[in-house]
Amino acid sequence: MLTVHGVHLWRGDRHVLRGVSFEGTAGKCVLLTGKNGAGKTTLIRAIAGLLDPEEGQVFWRGTPARERRNEFHAELAYLGHEPPLKGDLSPRENLKYSIGIRRAVTAAEIDAALARTGASAFADRAVRMLSAGQKRRVALAGVLLANAVLWLLDEPTTNLDADGQQLVRDLIAEQLGRSGLVVAAVHHSLPLPAEQLVSLDLGQS
Amino acid sequence: MTSALGAARLVALRDLRLAFRKPSQVIQPLMFFMIVATLFPLTLTPEMSRLRDAAPGVLWIGALLSSLLALEFLFRDDAVDGTLEQFALSGQSLTWMLFAKTCTHWLLTGLPLALSAPIAAAALGVSVDAMGGVVASLALGSFAMSLIGAISAGLTLGARRGGVLLSLLTLPLAVPILIFGARATQLAISGGDIAPPMYLLGAIAVLGVTLAPLAAAAAVRIGLE
Repeated sequence: MLTVHGVHLWRGDRHVLRGVSFEGTAGKCVLLTGKNGAGKTTLIRAIAGLLDPEEGQVFWRGTPARERRNEFHAELAYLGHEPPLKGDLSPRENLKYSIGIRRAVTAAEIDAALARTGASAFADRAVRMLSAGQKRRVALAGVLLANAVLWLLDEPTTNLDADGQQLVRDLIAEQLGRSGLVVAAVHHSLPLPAEQLVSLDLGQS
Repeated sequence: MTSALGAARLVALRDLRLAFRKPSQVIQPLMFFMIVATLFPLTLTPEMSRLRDAAPGVLWIGALLSSLLALEFLFRDDAVDGTLEQFALSGQSLTWMLFAKTCTHWLLTGLPLALSAPIAAAALGVSVDAMGGVVASLALGSFAMSLIGAISAGLTLGARRGGVLLSLLTLPLAVPILIFGARATQLAISGGDIAPPMYLLGAIAVLGVTLAPLAAAAAVRIGLE
């Protein structure tokens, strides 16, 4: 499904990714681990197509992802460090617009996703009034609503309490159960069955 | 899947809603224009005929600087909060979405500026008969300016002192708009035929509509790296 082949990437004069290769198939979770600065975020952004590798390629369903960029992006949901939310809009409004540009979404679907991520209680409050953890929950609702096959998650448990971290683990397990593929940059391993996990240690910074 | 036009429509609606929730970004450039244009008579001369002669230059320099001020906000917030990344990864045409953003930006900044220009023009001794031409030339010129400025705004996304760079990139490109726009205003004030410079402004706007969204999308993709 997803093949990352020999990806080299420099950030300034730093050779961050040195020939990274792995394969991800349906129902698998690829965990990217490594110290701070090891290149986890860089690799996730390169897979998403936000960064162009100097060498190597990312293939999606056997085709270079760059060649069919829009089709590839329609099948992926990306959650970076910052939740992509507008402070002056409510979570409900944010999701209406951000998911609406991808696909037709109903108010009931948004409510269900917010309920699933424990964000119903503050669904109509301005996002700027929410805590970092609450924003993260809203962003996770967005990932759910994207109905994407491939999830690219960069430190998905950041700012979440114990319940929130468990929620992320549950959502990932559900996504794998739907034959989805998850690539996640994490500091700690996730308690998933070994046959579902592909670990990739990017090593030192 | 949402159509490209549907996605662009949602981007425009979202920006309109945000502007009404946080009007400062819309009001600031407008206030700047009004202050610049109305301060000029105090520094020049009380003679209406001389003020009228200076009016095209004053109005257009004010509009240009005000546009630059507004352009800083075009993509900046969306880049900071990750919205632009989500646009780029939505599977939709980034070109259409940025075109929608640019048009909305003009609706919120350029059009109000053009509509409020008669107040500033009156302070410069422009007659009521000329106001139609003044508004039309500023409306068309500011639209072309928004389109050209979108490219510069995209290119300066990752720059630390983006505002200065944005001005340096946009000003040379805006010179034809300034020349034809000021000429149209001058002709409107003197009672001449404003059609020739308006056609040229229109041509620049058409060129902008055709090329600027493509260039802005490419610039934004580079800026996101």
